[in-house]
Amino acid sequence: MKFVKTIGLALLGSALAMGGAAAQEKTVKIATEGAYAPWNFTGPGGKLEGFEIDLANDLCARMKVKCEIVAQDWDGIIPALTAKKYDAIMAGMSITDERKKTIDFAGPYANSPNGFLVAKNSPLAKMPGTGEAFNLGSQQAAAEKAIQAYKPLLKGKTIGVQGSTIHSKFADKYLKDVAEIREYKTTEQHDLDLAAGRIDAVLADSTAIIGTLDKPEFKDYAMVGPSITGGILGAGVGVGMRQGEAELKKGFEDAIQAAIKDGTVKKLSEKWFKVDLTPRS
Amino acid sequence: MDFAFMWDAFLTLLSGVPLTLNLAFMAVGLGAVLAMLLALMRMSGLKVLDWPAQAYVFVFRGTPLLVQIFLIYYGLGQFRPTLQEWGLWVFFREPYWCAVLALTLNTAAYASEIMRGGLQSVPHNQVEAARACGMSGFLLYRRVVFPIAVRQALPAYGSEIILMVKATSLASVITMMEVTGLAAKLISQTFRAIEVFVVAGLIYLIMNFIITRIIMAIEWWLSPHLRRPPAVEPRLEAAHV
Repeated sequence: MKFVKTIGLALLGSALAMGGAAAQEKTVKIATEGAYAPWNFTGPGGKLEGFEIDLANDLCARMKVKCEIVAQDWDGIIPALTAKKYDAIMAGMSITDERKKTIDFAGPYANSPNGFLVAKNSPLAKMPGTGEAFNLGSQQAAAEKAIQAYKPLLKGKTIGVQGSTIHSKFADKYLKDVAEIREYKTTEQHDLDLAAGRIDAVLADSTAIIGTLDKPEFKDYAMVGPSITGGILGAGVGVGMRQGEAELKKGFEDAIQAAIKDGTVKKLSEKWFKVDLTPRS
Repeated sequence: MDFAFMWDAFLTLLSGVPLTLNLAFMAVGLGAVLAMLLALMRMSGLKVLDWPAQAYVFVFRGTPLLVQIFLIYYGLGQFRPTLQEWGLWVFFREPYWCAVLALTLNTAAYASEIMRGGLQSVPHNQVEAARACGMSGFLLYRRVVFPIAVRQALPAYGSEIILMVKATSLASVITMMEVTGLAAKLISQTFRAIEVFVVAGLIYLIMNFIITRIIMAIEWWLSPHLRRPPAVEPRLEAAHV
């Protein structure tokens, strides 16, 4: 009997201790893709690295919570969030109206335009609009005119995009009628196929393209086409979470604003992208 | 569950069925030829033929199909200059042919073992009886060995065909928009994973239901000796003689 009592007390004690720790430090599980350099990727040692890993750790410190970052395949990243496999997504995910029907967002914490990656010796290298920037939301007419200007060049070409992204949506809406669109699971895969010559161009986020251009295998490739943001391309990259989690949302929102204000986002962005992607309000 | 949405999803995914069946039947058809060759190599009794066939089966049965698809598609993609020199790039450039090749090589390994099992199950006394009747060579195979072997192998081979229909879903990783590829795209637009995957599963179930029925019909047709003989009406007038 005494033995049972001792064990009971010990269990009670440890339960209290654990409860106490939980109250002090909540754990927030954040999912990332781990295959979208330099936003998030799996480093040589198998550890997750990148802009969003650094930013997530910074935000968690501001929110005074313990963070656990896990890798999850991109095409299942939202269904797994709603199935409560984790609490938040930081995976280069743009805030779009369509996604907002299913999940909530905090942020944006970054904003980057799209572009085409093509071989320097390809006829696509002379794409009109290169170097210009348009917003599909606020300057829709001008942006669509820029798209119409490069469209004839893409006639009969094959374009690779990552599936389930704003870029695949953009391609379906604006380019499907002239070019063949192929959807890949990851950006690394469409890069490989571009290098193999199976596709003529890659349509992707400019930061992903900059990351690819850093690799020696892509020294004969270049980023072309106008830089387009907004509209169906979304309102920047934010933290995704389930709807109705007001406390978590506010926590992230405040932390992001603080990190933008004190220059942390700018510093991390310049470290990983070599350009400042801080969203301007 | 939203049934109106599921019906729409069903119609969307149906457009992937032709490609799924196309991949499966191309692979099963070409794979059967290769498998027959491998099975005969294994049974030839010559080590120079037996060993390569054994090694082939070991490699293709022992590695995941997904890895084989990646190796053939992305792996060979890195050897473009060599393949172009050999004139093979037109073939390897297309994701469709890479998928067919990977599925064919994979199913050939499994099917060759099924065929070998069927061929080895032919009772020796039946072969002896055939020889006693003066049959040999191709005639012996055509009249005695093959009919018995096919009957024996058919249930296992039917399973292999069904496995191939399901294996085509892996072709979506190399941009082929078959049923699973379309399902993944639809989920990315609607975020309704359960409904879409239930419908996708249902489509595979319907396809495989039809295929099993066809295989059962072939089995029935090939085994007249196992069927109950048709009931014969007793001839009444004979009883009075």
